[in-house]
Amino acid sequence: MIHHRWSGKRALLAVTSMGLAAALVAGCGGTTKDSAESGSGSGANSEKVADPNAPIKEGLQIAFLPKEIDNPYENIVDQGGIAAVAELKGTGKEVGPSDASASSQVSYINTLVQQNQDAIVIAANDPNAVAPALKDAMAKGIAVVSYDSDAAVDARQVFVNQADSESIGRSQIQMVSEQIGGKGKIAILSATPNATNQNTWIEFMKDELKKPEYKDIELVTVAYGDDDDQKSFQETQALLSSNPDLKAIVSPTTVGISAAARYISSSPYKGKVVLTGLGTPNQMRQFIKDGTVKEFALWDPEQLGYLAGYAAAALASGQITGKEGEVLKAGKLGERKIGKNGEIILGPPTTFNADNIDEYDF
Amino acid sequence: MREKLLRWESVLLLLCIFVFVWGSASTPGFAETDNISFLLLDYTEVALLALALLPIILTGEIDLSVASILGFCSALTGVLWDAGMSFESIVPIVLVAGAVLGSLNATLIVRFALPALAVTIGTLGLYRGLAYVVLGDGAVTGFPDVYRPIATEEIPGTFLPYATLVVLLLGVLVAVVVHYTPVGRSLYAIGLGEQTARFSGIRVQRIKFVLYIVSGILCAIASLVYTLRYNSARADNANGMELIAVAAVLLGGVSIFGGRGTVVGVASALLLMAGLRNVLFLNDVTNEIQNVINGLLLIISVLVPVVANLVRRRRTPAAAAIPGSPPPQETLPDPVGATAAPHGTPEEDQR
Repeated sequence: MIHHRWSGKRALLAVTSMGLAAALVAGCGGTTKDSAESGSGSGANSEKVADPNAPIKEGLQIAFLPKEIDNPYENIVDQGGIAAVAELKGTGKEVGPSDASASSQVSYINTLVQQNQDAIVIAANDPNAVAPALKDAMAKGIAVVSYDSDAAVDARQVFVNQADSESIGRSQIQMVSEQIGGKGKIAILSATPNATNQNTWIEFMKDELKKPEYKDIELVTVAYGDDDDQKSFQETQALLSSNPDLKAIVSPTTVGISAAARYISSSPYKGKVVLTGLGTPNQMRQFIKDGTVKEFALWDPEQLGYLAGYAAAALASGQITGKEGEVLKAGKLGERKIGKNGEIILGPPTTFNADNIDEYDF
Repeated sequence: MREKLLRWESVLLLLCIFVFVWGSASTPGFAETDNISFLLLDYTEVALLALALLPIILTGEIDLSVASILGFCSALTGVLWDAGMSFESIVPIVLVAGAVLGSLNATLIVRFALPALAVTIGTLGLYRGLAYVVLGDGAVTGFPDVYRPIATEEIPGTFLPYATLVVLLLGVLVAVVVHYTPVGRSLYAIGLGEQTARFSGIRVQRIKFVLYIVSGILCAIASLVYTLRYNSARADNANGMELIAVAAVLLGGVSIFGGRGTVVGVASALLLMAGLRNVLFLNDVTNEIQNVINGLLLIISVLVPVVANLVRRRRTPAAAAIPGSPPPQETLPDPVGATAAPHGTPEEDQR
């Protein structure tokens, strides 16, 4: 037995000292973050010239790659996009992973490249993890559009933004402040900790809170429900029990807000804690009707997909290249100008409440 | 000869060939070099984890923390890189970290004689949690272009990615050790009966301890490949990959009770899974259906040997008693041996 005891420790010691020795040897000089960064930054894909009058090619194959295939919100976006592609006499399809993890989208991107799609429209789970695969796709002449959640700027040509992030972030705070009378503790229930769009909005929400008119509002914490119904439900429960004097929860994700509403509607907090954020009318209708939620916001996801579909087709046909100042003709939505970093903005979000919710069905 | 043809490994190889022939014939884009190298690349990390698991499962133990070790090592790489450390010095540190996590598993399982399943389910959560502690929720990117090609590029002029070459070399190494050395043979002996192995003079505890350390190091290598391939170090990297790796090992004909299995089998299983996944992807088959297919394959792989034994025994009832045809004796007493041994041995050791 004694023998065995020593064998483990000795092995451990040997491995550790070997590694440390190697680290020492290698430690002097080498490739560090700074030296690697200085070499990057070559914008290779901006030589193409746009021809605004080029006709949209017929029979384009355009694939929509949501964060995960079972996300109802993104399914609606993709339906809008597939409808737009159909209008342009192309074929649209939706494929995607069943979990919202960073790497799972990469296999799909490579597959779409192999299938010779004309354009890929993606909501990135991790802007950097998908970047190498998307760059490969662009190098093979495939148009890349990101929507909902951006990929790295040099890994796509156009980003179709639901609304400008700043106005979404700030309007969330305005909405919640109005409902709690400008005073009290609030918490945020977000999606995954890496979700690009949620994080940007939360930054603007924090910035908005610095204004003097919100000095009595305190942001207690940001919880992450990972866009998973069960987890969001539990996080809501935890938020409310660990912060008994919480006045409001803001959930800027459709999965989060509906899970939170489900918990609150069947708990003693109903009517006492304000819940608001971004949700779809169909998911939230019953909670608006039973008084759990007074008001929430969202842009029209179908239009977002529609715009992304048009952008993808225009890119694949050479009508646009994604440069600032180019104009995208987007069917029934009219025209949109491409902004800085290839960003196209859909428009301001719509607010839903008991008065207007029945006018929407998505 | 007929025995050989009927072995599960041969069946797997045939299935593999079938999938690749069927893929090239039916699916445009499948047989292109780009696609083949991508298909191989997509399974490098799983293959490395499977190589780590194979010897452990041969001894009748398990390590479910492999993907979490990968996640932790990836997070560690991210933090150190972000802190400005050179990549050359991060590599050995990460390898040591993998070894340390592996030896923690080993200490609990071997020294305290705790059941490997329980310990590694625990460390599965623990190491993943530590990964979040180290790196938090963020992602680190911008790994050096000098090293990234090792994880992304093919050897010029071929379809073989460098990373796959690494896997192949390590695979050959594991195969040689497992099949052609005394240590390798003793893995099977331990798997078939730990007590017997111990009384035959095999240093059961030492071997197990080393296996877990090696497993940790292989996971660390996998983490470096993963991090470089996606150019993204995150705490949730390879979340859930342990199950794919375990599935590959079992599909490869390795007995979960230990004592039976080959490297060739596991390699064919990996190739089969990678090829099948790719063909299905190219035909727009959804992930859910793919999971169903993989699940069925796994169940079939466990079922086939059992059914084959039953059939054989019914045909020649005497065969079961003849030492020359070991399967029925081999598989049946194992579950008992595997569960009973860890409890009985430490006390006996102390006596």
